[in-house]
Amino acid sequence: MTSPLISVKDLTLRFRTDEGLVTAVNNVSFDIAPGEVLGLVGESGSGKSVTAKALMMLNADNSVYDPASRITLRVDDQEIDVLSLRRPREQMIIRGGAISMIFQEPMASFAPAISIGDQMVEQLLIHSDMTVARAREISIEMLDRVGIPEPAQRFKQYAFEFSGGMRQRAMIAMALSTKPKLLIADEPTTALDVTIQAQVIELMKDLVEEFHMSILFITHDLGVIAQTADRVAVMYLGNLVETGTVRQVINTPAHPYTRGLLNSLPKLDDLEAPLTPVPGDIPSPLDRPSGCVFHTRCQEFIGDVCKTQIPDYSKDSANHEVSCHLATQGEQS
Amino acid sequence: MSNDVLIRADGLSVHFPLRGFMFGERPVVRACEGINIEIEKGSFFGLVGESGSGKTTLGRAMLKAAPISKGEVIYSDDEVTYNLATLEGAELKDYRKRSQLIFQDPYAALSPRMTVRDIIAEPLEVMGLTSNRDETDARVREIAAMCRLNLEHLRRFPHAFSGGQRQRISIARALVSGPRFIVADESVAALDVSIQADVLNLLNKIQADSGITFLFISHDLSVIAHTCDFVAVMYLGQIVESAPTRKLFSETSHPYTRALLSAIPSLDPDVRGHAQRLEGEIPSPINPPPGCRFNTRCPHAQERCRSEVPEWREMSSKHHVACHFAEELA
Repeated sequence: MTSPLISVKDLTLRFRTDEGLVTAVNNVSFDIAPGEVLGLVGESGSGKSVTAKALMMLNADNSVYDPASRITLRVDDQEIDVLSLRRPREQMIIRGGAISMIFQEPMASFAPAISIGDQMVEQLLIHSDMTVARAREISIEMLDRVGIPEPAQRFKQYAFEFSGGMRQRAMIAMALSTKPKLLIADEPTTALDVTIQAQVIELMKDLVEEFHMSILFITHDLGVIAQTADRVAVMYLGNLVETGTVRQVINTPAHPYTRGLLNSLPKLDDLEAPLTPVPGDIPSPLDRPSGCVFHTRCQEFIGDVCKTQIPDYSKDSANHEVSCHLATQGEQS
Repeated sequence: MSNDVLIRADGLSVHFPLRGFMFGERPVVRACEGINIEIEKGSFFGLVGESGSGKTTLGRAMLKAAPISKGEVIYSDDEVTYNLATLEGAELKDYRKRSQLIFQDPYAALSPRMTVRDIIAEPLEVMGLTSNRDETDARVREIAAMCRLNLEHLRRFPHAFSGGQRQRISIARALVSGPRFIVADESVAALDVSIQADVLNLLNKIQADSGITFLFISHDLSVIAHTCDFVAVMYLGQIVESAPTRKLFSETSHPYTRALLSAIPSLDPDVRGHAQRLEGEIPSPINPPPGCRFNTRCPHAQERCRSEVPEWREMSSKHHVACHFAEELA
C-alpha cells in the first residue's frame, strides 16, 4: 500500500470563547491516499469545515490544538509536520502550495475590486518564480480548461461580472493552477443550481484524473458524495463516527447516525417511502453528551453503556470503521 | 371556474421595468410571462425551477405582493371570490388574512427583539383577529402546540433556537391568522437533511389536518416529489410542464424537466455519470431568447424552437406541457 498523502492523527481542536473552551473537533483520525477523493459528511456544526481548515492552519486565532494532534503531509518523499509550521513563509507549502481550497460561496472568496486574472497571477507569482507573462499564460489556460468561454476576455473581468457557476469554475481554475497535491473543496456545489452542480461535479471528476490529485470533499449532501467520493467519513458533533468506502457507507451504513441521515433523505426511486428525521437537535458543543456523543438522539440506544462509555473504533475485514457500542458488542457475542 | 380550484392564474405576467437611458425603450425584466396554473383546494402544489426562473415572483404575485402586469389571478374559497389584479382596500386586507407566506431563511425572518410569543401573536394583533390578550394567548398556545413548540419556548427570543425550531416558529406565525392558502418559499432550503425531513413532515401533517392549500416553492425536485401532489416546472419566467407528481415522474415530457431530473445526484454509487448534462446557464430575463425560451440549452432544439413560441397544451388529463416536440421525445 502506498503511503498516504496526508495523515490526520488524533486531531483535537478547541476554541477559546467567552463561555469557556468549546470542543469543535474531537480525536479525529483519517488518511487520504494520493489520487483519492475522501468525502466528509455531516450536519452543520459537526466540525467538517474546522477539520478541513486545520489542514491549512486556517482556523481563527482563538483555536487551541491539543498537543497530541498530528497532521503529517508527505510531499516529494518529505514528511511535513503541518501543525509545527508557525511562520507564514513556512505555511506557504500548505496554503496554496501542496494544498488548495475552494469555498462554498464563490462571491465571497474573490476580492471584488481586483480582476479575476490579477488574483490568479498573484498567487502563481507567490508560489513560484515564473514571470508575469508566463503566469498569465497559465491562468488563461486554466480558465479555458475549466470551461470558461473566451478566457482571455474573462481574465480581465471582475467577480461580479461572472455568474455563480462561472465563479465556481474560476475558483477551481485558481485553486488548481499551482498544481496542488490536495484540493479541499468545502461545499463547492451547495450554492449552485442542480444543473450547474452536475456540470461542476463532472468537471471536478475530470480534473482529479488529469492532475492525479487528492480531494477532501466536504458536503452535507449524500447524493453528491455518492457521485464523487471513493471513501466517506461521517462526522457528528466533532467526532468521526464512521469511515469506509462509498459503497460500504451508503449501501451498508454501520452507525445509527449514518442510517438516520440516509433515512431522512427524500429518494426519487421510492416516492412513498416516509421521511424519517433523526429525532431531536444536535446538542450544543458547549454541552457535549457523555459517553457516545450521539446517544441523546440515537434510536438504537442499547442502555447505560452508551451514556457512560466512549465507544472504540472497530474495523471489519474490509476496513469499514465505526465508533459504536452496537458494533463492538456484536463482535463479542 | 370549477369549484375545486382555490386560486388560478390566467395568462399572468409580472414585469419589472428597469431604469433606462434617457432615450429609447426602458428595459423590462420579464420575471413571469403568460403563466397558467390552477391550484386545487387542499392540495400541496409544488413549484420547481432554478434560481432566476421566477418562482419566487410567481409565489408573490399569488399573494398580491408583486405587481400583476398582465392577466389575472382569481382566488375563490367558499366565502369570497377575489380578482387579485384589481384587489384593494378592505378586500385586500381580508385577502391578507386568507393567505400567508413562509420564508426561506428562518434566521432573517424573525425579529431578534421580540419573544416567540410576540412574534406569533403579531399577526393577530395587526389584523385585529382577537379582542383581548387572553384570547390572543389562547390562540398562540394552540398554534404553538400544533407546531410542536412548548410553553417554555414562547418566553424566549429567537436567538435561543436552532434552525429547525426557528422554521417551526415561522410556520406558527403563518398559521395563526387561520389562512386558507400558504406560500412556502424554499422553506427547507437552509436546513440540514434530518431537520428538513422533520419540517416537511410537519407541513404535510398541517395540510392533512387543516386542509390548508400550499404552494410549495423549491429548487429541489426530490423534496417536491416527496411532499407535493402536483408539480409545475418553471424555466425563465414560464411554466414548461405541470402534472400530478407521479405522472410528471413517470411520463416526463419536457426536455428541461428531464434534465432537472437527471441532474439530481443519485444516491447509488454504482450509477455514476449518467447525468444528461445541460450546457450553459439560464439566460437573462431582460432579453429572453425568441421562440421557446429553453432553446439555447435544449439538446433537441430545432429551427422551429428558435422562432415559434410553443403552445401550452394538455398531453393527458391534468398534464400540461409547452414543447413543440413533446410527443416525439416522450
